[in-house]
Amino acid sequence: MNDFCPIPEPVPGVPEDVLLSVQDVRVWFELRRFGLGIAGYVRAVDGVTFDLRRGEAIAIVGESGCGKSSLMRTILGLHRPREGRILFDGRDISHFSRKELCWYRNRVGYVQQDPYGALPPFMSTQTLLEEPLIVARMQGRRQRVERIHKALEEVKMTPVEDFLSKFPHQLSGGQQQRVVIARAILMDPQLLVADEPVSMLDASVRVEILTLLRELQERHRLSVMYITHDLSTVRYFSERIFVMYAGKIVEKGPVDDLIYNPRHPYTWALLAAIPEPDAENAKRFRRVPPGEPPSLIHPPPGCRFHPRCERMIAGLCDAQEPPEFEVGPQHQVACWLYQ
Amino acid sequence: MREGEPVLRAEDLVLYFVTTQGVVQAVDHVSLSVPHNQAIVILGESGCGKSSLARALLRLLPRNVYRYSGKVYLDGRDVMELDEENFAREVRWVGVSMVPQAAMNALNPVLKVGDQVAEPAILHLGVSKEEAWDMARKMFDYVGVPEGFLQRYPFELSGGMRQRVAIAMALITMPSLIILDEPTSALDVLTQASIMNTLKQIKQEMPISYMLITHDIATSSDLVEHVAVMYAGQIVEVSAADIFFKQPLHPYSRKLLAAVPRLYEKQTLEFIPGRPPSLLNPPTGCRFADRCPSRFDRCDQDPPTLTVDGHLVKCWLYVT
Repeated sequence: MNDFCPIPEPVPGVPEDVLLSVQDVRVWFELRRFGLGIAGYVRAVDGVTFDLRRGEAIAIVGESGCGKSSLMRTILGLHRPREGRILFDGRDISHFSRKELCWYRNRVGYVQQDPYGALPPFMSTQTLLEEPLIVARMQGRRQRVERIHKALEEVKMTPVEDFLSKFPHQLSGGQQQRVVIARAILMDPQLLVADEPVSMLDASVRVEILTLLRELQERHRLSVMYITHDLSTVRYFSERIFVMYAGKIVEKGPVDDLIYNPRHPYTWALLAAIPEPDAENAKRFRRVPPGEPPSLIHPPPGCRFHPRCERMIAGLCDAQEPPEFEVGPQHQVACWLYQ
Repeated sequence: MREGEPVLRAEDLVLYFVTTQGVVQAVDHVSLSVPHNQAIVILGESGCGKSSLARALLRLLPRNVYRYSGKVYLDGRDVMELDEENFAREVRWVGVSMVPQAAMNALNPVLKVGDQVAEPAILHLGVSKEEAWDMARKMFDYVGVPEGFLQRYPFELSGGMRQRVAIAMALITMPSLIILDEPTSALDVLTQASIMNTLKQIKQEMPISYMLITHDIATSSDLVEHVAVMYAGQIVEVSAADIFFKQPLHPYSRKLLAAVPRLYEKQTLEFIPGRPPSLLNPPTGCRFADRCPSRFDRCDQDPPTLTVDGHLVKCWLYVT
C-alpha cells in the first residue's frame, strides 16, 4: 500500500500529542456574476483555530448554515482553505497533492448524516465495504473479506454472514448507520469525522449508535470530531465542545464546564432551547433569540451575534470583533462581556 | 358541539394493508380521543404505525388496503359514514388538516408560497383569490413569517420558514384539529424551539387542537397535555402529560423515556435491545414481550387495556 501512497514530509514544531491542528482556517466560496466576475464571497469558515489531541473526542455545535459542514469538508480534504493551514499528524494537508491526499484519506474515517443516502443502493454490504479496500490497493480477496468481517464484528453486526449479501434497503436505519460506521473504520483510521451521525435515527437506536461510537473511540484510541446541532447528545460523547456561529468559533470549553457554566449569549440560547421531557414545558414559552443566523456574504460587523443578542453593548459589539477571552481552564469565549 | 365532547374520537380503528408478503397490521384496533383545544402526542419508534394512524383518520388511503374499519367521530359526528366526496368536502382541511412529514420540502418549487397557502381556502372554503390571499396574510402573521414572504418561492426561504409556511397552509381553513407529523425533526434546536412556541401561541389564541406524531419525547413535552404511546400498531398507554413524564406505566414507555439524553443529568443512557416485531405476523401475545425486561408467563396472551388511576395501559403487570 505504501508505495502507492507515499508518506508526506512532516512540518517541524508540532507537539507529538496533537493529531489535528487547525490554524486560522478560512474557507470562502466565490459568488460569480453571470459566470464571469466575482461578485463576492460566502465566508463559510472565517478564522477557525483549534487542536485535536490523539484519542480525544470533540464536538462542534451550531445551527445549520454556521459553517460547521464546510469546516468538516475542509478537514476531510474536500475543500482547500483560502487561508490558514490544517496539520494532520504534523503534515500540512491543505496543500497536499492527489497522491498525498490518498495517504491522508486512509487515516480519516467519515460517518455521514443520512445513512440511507450515504450507501449506494445497488451495492450489497460486502461490495460496498470491499470498494474502499480495492481503491486502497489491498491485495488478495481473502484478506479483504477478512477485514470486512472484522469491521462488521466491531460494529456488532453479527453473525456477519447474514448481512454480507444484504442491500441497504433491506437493513433498518440503525443497521445502515452501522454499515456506514464499519466503512469509516475499515482502514483503521486515526481520526473519525461524524456529521450528525444520529439525527436521522429513532431515539432508542440513537443511544445504541452513540454507545457504539464511544466504544470504538475508546478501544482504538480514535480522535473523533462530532458535528451536531443538538447539545443534549454531546455530553455522552465528547470531552470538549466548540460552539460555532456564522463561520467562527464563539466558545470553546470542556463539556461539563460549558454546559453548567456557559458564557456566550449564543450558548445560553442553544442550551435554553433544548427540551427535557417535562410536562411543565407545555405551560411556558421558550426564550429564543429573534431572527435567523446572518448571511455569510455580508456578515454583520463586530460580533456576528450582536443583532440577535440580548446583552449587546452598543458601540462595542456592533463595531469591533471580540477576541477570545480566557474564562476558565481551557475555556475561551469570544464575547465582549468578559473583557 | 356538545359540551365536553372531544374534537376527535376514534374507536376501534383498523387499517391493514395487503402486500406480496402478506397482510400488514399497521393500525390495529386503536381507540383514542383528542380533547377540545388541547394537544396529544402519538409517540413511538419508526414503523409502529403512527403515520398510518394519521392516514386512517383522514382516510388518505393507498390502494392496497386490506381492511379499514372502526369509528371516527369529529366534533361528535360519525365521519366514517360519509362517502368519499362528502368526506373530502366536509372533513379534510375543513375539520382536520395535516402537516405531513417533511412538508417543508414538499412545497411546490414553481409556485409562490402565498399561492400555495391560499389554495386550501379557495378550494375548501370557496372564497375568492383576493380573500384567500388576505387570509394567507393573516396566517403568516400568526405563524411568524414576514408578510413580504408571500411573494417568495420556497427556495428563497430557510427550512424553519418553510415549515411555518406548511403550518400556515394547514391553519388557513380554521380546522378544529391539525395533525402534525414530525413537524420539527429536520430542524435546528433553536428553530425547533421557536416553532414550538408558535404552535403554543396559536393554541392559546384559537380554539384548535393538535395531534402531534413524533418519536422525539423531549420536544413533544413542549406542547402536549396528553400522551399516547404506540407500539407495533397498537396503543399501549394513554396518559396525561404531567403524569406520563414522571411516571410512565408501560415498560415500553419507561424504556423510551430512559433513552432520552438529558442535559444536566449524568445517567447512563439505555437503549431497547432488539427491534419492533414485523407487522406482517405480529406475535399473538403482548407485542413488546420479546424486548420487555419485566416479561412473565402471562405475556404470551394478549394483554387487556386497563384503566389505572384514570390512565390507559395495555399490560399484564397491572392486572391484579
